Amino acid sequence: MPAVSKGDGMRGLAVFISDIRNCKSKEAEIKRINKELANIRSKFKGDKALDGYSKKKYVCKLLFIFLLGHDIDFGHMEAVNLLSSNKYTEKQIGYLFISVLVNSNSELIRLINNAIKNDLASRNPTFMCLALHCIANVGSREMGEAFAADIPRILVAGDSMDSVKQSAALCLLRLYKASPDLVPMGEWTARVVHLLNDQHMGVVTAAVSLITCLCKKNPDDFKTCVSLAVSRLSRIVSSASTDLQDYTYYFVPAPWLSVKLLRLLQCYPPPEDAAVKGRLVECLETVLNKAQEPPKSKKVQHSNAKNAILFETISLIIHYDSEPNLLVRACNQLGQFLQHRETNLRYLALESMCTLASSEFSHEAVKTHIDTVINALKTERDVSVRQRAADLLYAMCDRSNAKQIVSEMLRYLETADYAIREEIVLKVAILAEKYAVDYSWYVDTILNLIRIAGDYVSEEVWYRVLQIVTNRDDVQGYAAKTVFEALQAPACHENMVKVGGYILGEFGNLIAGDPRSSPPVQFSLLHSKFHLCSVATRALLLSTYIKFINLFPETKATIQGVLRAGSQLRNADVELQQRAVEYLTLSSVASTDVLATVLEEMPPFPERESSILAKLKRKKGPGAGSALDDGRRDASSNDINGGVEPTPSTVSTPSPSADLLGLRAAPPPAAPPAPAGAGNLLVDVFSDGPTAQPSLGPTPEQAFLSELEPPAPESPMALLADPAPAADPGPEDIGPPIPEADELLNKFVCKNNGVLFENQLLQIGVKSEFRQNLGRMYLFYGNKTSVQFQNFSPTVVHPGDLQTQLAVQTKRVAAQVDGGAQVQQVLNIECLRDFLTPPLLSVRFRYGGAPQSLTLKLPVTINKFFQPTEMAAQDFFQRWKQLSLPLQEAQKIFKANHPMDAEVTKAKLLGFGSALLDNVDPNPENFVGAGIIQTKALQVGCLLRLEPNAQAQMYRLTLRTSKEPVSRHLCELLAQQF
Amino acid sequence: MQFMLLFSRQGKLRLQKWYVPLSDKEKKKITRELVQTVLARKPKMCSFLEWRDLKIVYKRYASLYFCCAIEDQDNELITLEIIHRYVELLDKYFGSVCELDIIFNFEKAYFILDEFLLGGEVQETSKKNVLKAIEQADLLQEKTETMYHSKSFIGCKKAY
Repeated sequence: MPAVSKGDGMRGLAVFISDIRNCKSKEAEIKRINKELANIRSKFKGDKALDGYSKKKYVCKLLFIFLLGHDIDFGHMEAVNLLSSNKYTEKQIGYLFISVLVNSNSELIRLINNAIKNDLASRNPTFMCLALHCIANVGSREMGEAFAADIPRILVAGDSMDSVKQSAALCLLRLYKASPDLVPMGEWTARVVHLLNDQHMGVVTAAVSLITCLCKKNPDDFKTCVSLAVSRLSRIVSSASTDLQDYTYYFVPAPWLSVKLLRLLQCYPPPEDAAVKGRLVECLETVLNKAQEPPKSKKVQHSNAKNAILFETISLIIHYDSEPNLLVRACNQLGQFLQHRETNLRYLALESMCTLASSEFSHEAVKTHIDTVINALKTERDVSVRQRAADLLYAMCDRSNAKQIVSEMLRYLETADYAIREEIVLKVAILAEKYAVDYSWYVDTILNLIRIAGDYVSEEVWYRVLQIVTNRDDVQGYAAKTVFEALQAPACHENMVKVGGYILGEFGNLIAGDPRSSPPVQFSLLHSKFHLCSVATRALLLSTYIKFINLFPETKATIQGVLRAGSQLRNADVELQQRAVEYLTLSSVASTDVLATVLEEMPPFPERESSILAKLKRKKGPGAGSALDDGRRDASSNDINGGVEPTPSTVSTPSPSADLLGLRAAPPPAAPPAPAGAGNLLVDVFSDGPTAQPSLGPTPEQAFLSELEPPAPESPMALLADPAPAADPGPEDIGPPIPEADELLNKFVCKNNGVLFENQLLQIGVKSEFRQNLGRMYLFYGNKTSVQFQNFSPTVVHPGDLQTQLAVQTKRVAAQVDGGAQVQQVLNIECLRDFLTPPLLSVRFRYGGAPQSLTLKLPVTINKFFQPTEMAAQDFFQRWKQLSLPLQEAQKIFKANHPMDAEVTKAKLLGFGSALLDNVDPNPENFVGAGIIQTKALQVGCLLRLEPNAQAQMYRLTLRTSKEPVSRHLCELLAQQF
Repeated sequence: MQFMLLFSRQGKLRLQKWYVPLSDKEKKKITRELVQTVLARKPKMCSFLEWRDLKIVYKRYASLYFCCAIEDQDNELITLEIIHRYVELLDKYFGSVCELDIIFNFEKAYFILDEFLLGGEVQETSKKNVLKAIEQADLLQEKTETMYHSKSFIGCKKAY
């Protein structure tokens, strides 16, 4: 084969590229590019017609300039011209330019689509492939609309060349991923499944990807693919290393296809048919056996390809989670990789073992590798591998090894990379709590965390230790003693001061008997840190001081002195000043009894899901906490670990502010007004929502309440907090429809299926069918994030009189939508009488703690209840004349918003619901339709006429119905469509 | 696969292929971020890394880095071999390929990639079949064009 630049070497292009490469500076490069752009522009604008070669060369130069990172705003037309060239290379460059620089200019898209259409119809396989590649590369909705229906035909046509089939399969896959609603399922799906049997390995390779994607949404339609995939896989794994000729890669038969087949099988449960299952298990065993054979080549490609299949096999074994023998074999195999000299294999083995650890069959087998994994954590030079080791330790942790694992992770934390410290801290905190045998160990562990990585200990972690200490009286004395000792360190982290301040304020009395930690010593120790701390911590310490006055009356004078100091009473920070003033007054006016009541020890916190676990899940997506959620390994979970048992997320913090200071309930007489602010910081400390930053300004009461999670119903604040959405909130409860709601609604006037709404979080798809005055609608809510939506609640609302016009019955959906999951809601609709406004769909949920709400218009318009009526010209004109009252007619003359295409117009009118009547209008360009709108109470006959004027790009639309508002409404709805 | 990037040791982007719709701005941002991350890694480190919610698989061939972004479920090792097979295809086509071949014949690099991968999935793994498709394209050329294909240009390849 000759070296380099075969075929169509474009000399001008090569010269230009080397010029650019020779530019010494960015400025020089830009100058050279501008010169070239000017040259190309003048060539394109010039009078002399360019030949195909020049056009190709200039388009290619533009492409090169764009790929260098510069903007290109012309040349599209020339590229489109190249598409219709009959010289292959010109066409090819045209397509490349279009693929890289798609422009949503609708005029251009139409031209491009035309060129593609011609090439698809050309029966020239090379041209067809180019066109298919272009569709697959662009993958836009416009292209989907134009071609999604044709491609399945090309894919399964008996006379399509293999290469065309391959491109068609993957082209369809891309379109399906972009707009699934545009790809109609049908008779072709069965034939696609049978491509798994195709003789041509390349066709099978392409088809498996398509099937894997399609079967995820329509598992039943594709069920037959399981047995076909198994037999194909079996033929490959049992073939000798050279049987498959060019599909053998470094002595491994068809590795890409094998991996894809194994992936496809992971979309389904284990095969039910015993013969199929037996054959599959045999395949899996063969793969595991081959892994033990000596390598056929020393090349890394050989081992990579072989191990790619092995890892995918192990994934399938884990997915089935039903073959103990295979699971243990998989674990042993991975165990060998843990010490392999290839870093890549060690990384993957650690990653794969993480999932094995959660299977009850292999958990124990994974645990046997603990020393190797700990060693990896200590010695791996690559941080990403160490990260995998830490993940695996977390996954294999249980009561038997928790102390060892936690202490190793703590040690690792001291040198861990900054990027992953917070995650390690969370994991240590969770393991320490989950597997604590005694709580003094737990307290020690958390204090160690703060000592080693104080900056990475988030609020959730130290709130949690306070909650646990408050709830367990057996650990309170130990906690007080330990924090007291920890605070002795000359430099301790501010989080330590917070925890110490809080614990001593509550339980300092438990260690006050020891003269080394007498009340004055405790106070002066805390106060020695005071001046170095942030406002939030100082505010917390002030609360500790007032609690000291109650616990230790002998400190009262000293503390009052501190509160009275100008630096407190006149502090520039409002929160600190207010606390000082209030606490000082409280301590001087309230009697001992009142003080004792107001400053009583905190009541226990209600047990609930650990807020730390929730945070880790938010960080890592669902499944991150699986080691902990998974109760089966830990059935004996005893009382002290009960705190992390997941409980419904609705259980939440009762307002602690009222209990703590009693200020809201009974303000002391001398207290200054607006006492609510005093509870502010404390509330934030105890709330376990993501509102981590305490707001310190004098927040209005409403604002600070709304920051809390919805409290439990018995809480005194339940009325003020964000209520759980009622089953059918009145219109006043939901927000106004989003601005695009009307536009979205218009899209569905002439069609019943599609994507109603999509943003970064959520996709809402619609499928609906209507018969007579009844309809059924399926709404599909897809969570596009990796985080669970909570309190998910879609409701349908009937504004105004709609209640009496349209009945919509909805089924409730699950309140949680997992990341990446989709839930479906069924709506039964009955049209009672004619109506003008659509119902509203209100969707609310919490995403990462933040409430989201969204109001859309449900795509139910009156025309959905159309029944088409066929009639002869004579009948039509007779009825037309009968409906001649001025109010029965509505007419609109409007400009065309879309290209005027008779076929499209026809499709839209049919989609609108009326029958299309041929040979009625004397002018064949015009469209005439008739139908009856079916409602429960009455029927409305409708006649319509649409007169396009291609020259003026205008339409005239006339509607006549037996009911005046219906005429106008239909006319408005339909006029939007053209 | 979500995208594939080829860049030099100096961080110059040589080829970019996106299989998911993204704005030009996002593409530039991702490219910048990834080039930086990958170039900062040491030679013996593993070829995979977690990045946002994707997995990055990369490998260096002489002065060029090949970098693919795949989804959570995708297989890292087979992706590594996708890269290698693509390098083999380029090598076979250009005859011991070097970075300059890809710079000066970028369009060919894209065409070869399209025959091998489509929509982010492997379309054809047979080296013979992929190259056959490309060769056929070359043969389809009009004779008139060969005059632009001057011998001296082949000769000066090494001089760049």
